[in-house]
Amino acid sequence: MFDVHEMEVNFGPQHPSTHGVLRVLLRIDGERIIDAKPIIGYLHRGTEKLFEHMAYPQCIPHTDRMDYVASATNNLGFVETVEKLMGITANIPRRAQLMRVMLSELQRISSHLLWLATHAIDLGAMTPFFYTFREREQVLDFFESYCGARLTLNCMRIGGMPDDLPHGWLEDVEAFVDKFEACVDEYESLLTNNRIWKKRTIGIGVLSPEDAIDWGITGPPLRGSGVEWDLRRAQPYECYPELQFEIPIGKNGDTYDRYLVRMEEMRQSTRILKQCFPLVRATPEGDIKAKISKVIRPPEGEVYHSIESPKGELGYYIVSDGKTQNAYRCHVRPPSFVNLQALPAMARGHLVSDLVALIGTIDIVLGEVDR
Amino acid sequence: MNKALMTYLIWPVVKFSIAFIIVQVIVAAMNWVERRLLGLFQARLGPNRVGYKGLLQIIADPIKFLLKEDIVPASAEKVAYFLGPVLPLIPRRSSSSLIPYGPPPAFTVTRVNVGLLLILALTSTAVYGIILGGWASNNKYSLMGGLRSAAQMVSYEVPFGLSIVGVLMITGSLDLVTIVRYQEVNAWNFIPQIVACFIFLVSMNAENNRTPFDLPEAESELVAGYHTEYSAMKFAFFMLGEYSMMIVNSCLIVTLFFGGWTLGMFGIGLTTDVLNGMGILGGLLGAAIFFTKVMMFLLMYVWFRATFPRFRFDQLMDLGWKFMIPLALANIFVTGIFILVGQERLMYWIGLGTIALAALYLLKPKRAAAKQKVAHAS
Repeated sequence: MFDVHEMEVNFGPQHPSTHGVLRVLLRIDGERIIDAKPIIGYLHRGTEKLFEHMAYPQCIPHTDRMDYVASATNNLGFVETVEKLMGITANIPRRAQLMRVMLSELQRISSHLLWLATHAIDLGAMTPFFYTFREREQVLDFFESYCGARLTLNCMRIGGMPDDLPHGWLEDVEAFVDKFEACVDEYESLLTNNRIWKKRTIGIGVLSPEDAIDWGITGPPLRGSGVEWDLRRAQPYECYPELQFEIPIGKNGDTYDRYLVRMEEMRQSTRILKQCFPLVRATPEGDIKAKISKVIRPPEGEVYHSIESPKGELGYYIVSDGKTQNAYRCHVRPPSFVNLQALPAMARGHLVSDLVALIGTIDIVLGEVDR
Repeated sequence: MNKALMTYLIWPVVKFSIAFIIVQVIVAAMNWVERRLLGLFQARLGPNRVGYKGLLQIIADPIKFLLKEDIVPASAEKVAYFLGPVLPLIPRRSSSSLIPYGPPPAFTVTRVNVGLLLILALTSTAVYGIILGGWASNNKYSLMGGLRSAAQMVSYEVPFGLSIVGVLMITGSLDLVTIVRYQEVNAWNFIPQIVACFIFLVSMNAENNRTPFDLPEAESELVAGYHTEYSAMKFAFFMLGEYSMMIVNSCLIVTLFFGGWTLGMFGIGLTTDVLNGMGILGGLLGAAIFFTKVMMFLLMYVWFRATFPRFRFDQLMDLGWKFMIPLALANIFVTGIFILVGQERLMYWIGLGTIALAALYLLKPKRAAAKQKVAHAS
């Protein structure tokens, strides 16, 4: 079955750098990877099936548990899809829209910070881990002061937001955002021009734009390959059309480019947040919920709606039969799951050490992969 | 009592015990120092619960290691599994008795005229323990860790040894005491042998499996490499071996390149004669100077660990074979030419020039951070 030089290694599901319960079945020749086969499903919770037996508002906390390091964007995707199904997208108050944008951009920052921390520690640089967690902690504090939870936020409702912003929240976030760009510079000073970091990331896991599109890859990995595709621009939702921001894209599609793209995305997120502050202050306080009936029963139909989560295109496909309060079918298109499929192609021919870099650069969250 | 017995048995044993205890204390203290210092580097506290500023951690850790269950995997090769952690420790500890900690004769445990060679010979046997441990665990990750460390330690043994040759050529001795005494009347060896010093510094990091060369234990790739299956005191023995090696290597670099226990050049300053003239206090002062210098290098290990990512295996080999070894050979060649034409002092100027250039390069105002490396599509 195997050549004598080959060895079969189970990389995971209990391994420090598979970011959860991912299991990669490796066939290696020495340290060179002949074949890598991701085996998933260890964290399968049947979320999609659960949705069929719950009223729409009850589903929102369950969306938190999918990409559990970016739950605000999960909430956003779900509530927007239901709103689209009900045809009330235009009724959402402006203040609620801005709050959603702010929460998702904060979430993008915190998700990218966690990605940077784990990616760096996977490649042996341990210090960025603590630096990024210092800032991530502050972002989580903002979530906590808004909705009481730090990780599984459950912070959005169909038709608007659950609560108005607490007093002083905007000022606190503003103070954080003002100093955050200097923090990104600090992380970059440790890594960007570090020769070992460059050696470990440049030319590793190269994805050509065509391959990336063929694999259905979205988010920073796609943009790292030089494809300008950001759903905030391509299929604008909420009030993104009126906000100024740039879409960073890479050139070579390697791990280093994806790293640079994500670093720049954090800067762009602070830029978006900065534009939000005056806009939020201009809206009337308390106007955070559209007038909808207490019982949510969307008309018969189906809808697919996707948003740009920190990891890529997060889409929800909901079918309603128009009679019950539950979805007839709810399918989630998680970015991590789709992006992970390119791992074997990216890993083949590289070394075991590179596999760790590749898992890091795809930025998977197993809760979302397995659902 | 018989005088020969005193000279050849009692005194060496007493001195060795003292050296052993000192190294042991430094090893234990290093554990605390490293964790506290990493805490400082990384915006956190580090151990601060046990005793004043966490100092009793030095005692708490060994107690924990002693009390933990010693797990031996069922399918492990029992004898080799036991030898794994023990084998590296013995030669590494013994080599600490060959190092002159202060002005001779009082502060050298054993003075061997081929001391340097003996240290190299002893420490290079340590790789067997790691291979054995990695293989005997019957774990694929451990095996890979063991293989990595075998390749790495054997490869870096070469530039490690070659970098010393330059020093031997100018000092003309393998005796560590003679090497130090040469440096106090001439310049410290890192000036004429700046390239060798650099190679030595890098390869001593690689020899020790410390960041950025910690591939054999790379926790994010190989779980914990060769010591994945080890627990309790066996694991502690691996750690003891690693830290003893750090100390031996730091002592070596101080002795070979940074003037050992002296604090003077060209016969001026605190040389051996001055220190010996001050009696026992002078000797202690010499030892203090020596350990201060050693501590600098130990802290450097920690600093490296906090700063660098890890190399990949093939890159590590490339660095060793394609860069370090040619550089070390070139250094020997150039040193040989200078000695042949009798212009050894010229090397001082070259060394100082190199140091000045390096300092200029490092102190040069940094370019604006490379922010806009990604293209913006819109």
